[in-house]
Amino acid sequence: MLQSHVLSSGETINPLLPAVPDLVWSAVVFVIILVFFWFRVLPNVKAMLDARSAAIEGNIEKAAAAQQEAEEALAKYTAQLAEARAEAGSIREAARADGSKIIAEEKQTAAAEASRILSTAEAQLQANRQAVLVGLKGEVGELALDLAARVIGEILSKDDKSQAMVDRFLKDLDTSEKAAK
Amino acid sequence: MLAEASSEGGFVGPSINEFFPPAIFFAGTPFEINRIILIRFLMTALLVLLFWLGTRRMKIVPGRFQSLIEMGLDLVRVNIAEDLLGRKDGRRFLPLLTAIFFGVLAMNLPGVVPGLNVAGSSLIGFPLVLAVVAYVTFIYAGLRKHPGTFLKASLFPPGVPWPIYFIVTPIEFFSIFVLRPITLALRLLMNMVAGHLLLVLCFTATWWFLESAPGFLKLFSVGTFAFGLIFSLFEILVAVLQAYVFTLLTTVYIQLALAEEH
Repeated sequence: MLQSHVLSSGETINPLLPAVPDLVWSAVVFVIILVFFWFRVLPNVKAMLDARSAAIEGNIEKAAAAQQEAEEALAKYTAQLAEARAEAGSIREAARADGSKIIAEEKQTAAAEASRILSTAEAQLQANRQAVLVGLKGEVGELALDLAARVIGEILSKDDKSQAMVDRFLKDLDTSEKAAK
Repeated sequence: MLAEASSEGGFVGPSINEFFPPAIFFAGTPFEINRIILIRFLMTALLVLLFWLGTRRMKIVPGRFQSLIEMGLDLVRVNIAEDLLGRKDGRRFLPLLTAIFFGVLAMNLPGVVPGLNVAGSSLIGFPLVLAVVAYVTFIYAGLRKHPGTFLKASLFPPGVPWPIYFIVTPIEFFSIFVLRPITLALRLLMNMVAGHLLLVLCFTATWWFLESAPGFLKLFSVGTFAFGLIFSLFEILVAVLQAYVFTLLTTVYIQLALAEEH
């Protein structure tokens, strides 16, 4: 302030004419600022911006990859589901076929069993009939002889002759029976 | 600054000698340091410190402080350099443009900082150095891009009948190679000088009204103080605006030098 009073009383300074120290220090200060921004600040900022855009691009790529993966998984799942459905259908179909086959087999077995039982019963019946017939043959013969002896009044001995006669009679009876059928 | 009010009772406004404070170190040598030079050192140190802290460990996802720093740097990178020069040339001249913007801003701001009270750019040296740098840069850009034809195309714009060159060429020479650096330097210098004188006037007047004015005239100090506050806010705007304008014009000059017609 003292200086300015002194100066204002004397000559005034032209503010447009640069003083040497002013120029020197202005240049020094500006060079410091320029070098600092050029070699320190802006490279840091550039590296950070590159990293940032790389990160953004990386994230977008990652999202796209995830999307594709999800789509693939969905397709795979759908395919598996269809496959499982088809398999279930075929299993059901096979089961149905098996079932009907088993039923048919069972039916066949049952029918065979029934016919077997029937034929056994028939054979049994036949045998019974045969036995009855044989028994009857004897008894009817005896009865007839007895009856005839009583009618004739003599006892017909049980010789071969009478026996043959009885047999012939019964045979005639048999044949007449068959003819009646 | 406050001592401008004279002790005899009459009010003395600030003079241009405001900007020539006494030397503090190395008086009389080319390295003389006065108060304004010290303010320049201080602001340079603060600027370097701020951006050193702000860009030391930059993260991909920025915090609050880094966002602010990035916003400032993006103003120059995106809104000035890449907008006007395109990506490639914008990147080439970005260090210079960034240094000019933040250098001018840092030198302008102390004009409104209480205790500092004077802008580092209110001495002709700083605006002049920057103007010379801008001048050399745009001529270099033109000569590098259009070697041989830059000067001719600048001084003899194509598509003009030859007799007109007698008028056009001196005008072009004067406006491109003389006026551009001078206007760059003077615009910044005069804005800062005028702003400082205005603030000194307001606050010395406030002091004078309080101290020396008789009776109720002391109330005028309230008005002058309010004006001082308003102009302080206005000076903040001017400080940012002049930094922007200086950087923008430098970019425009580079762009014109790079343009095809030249």
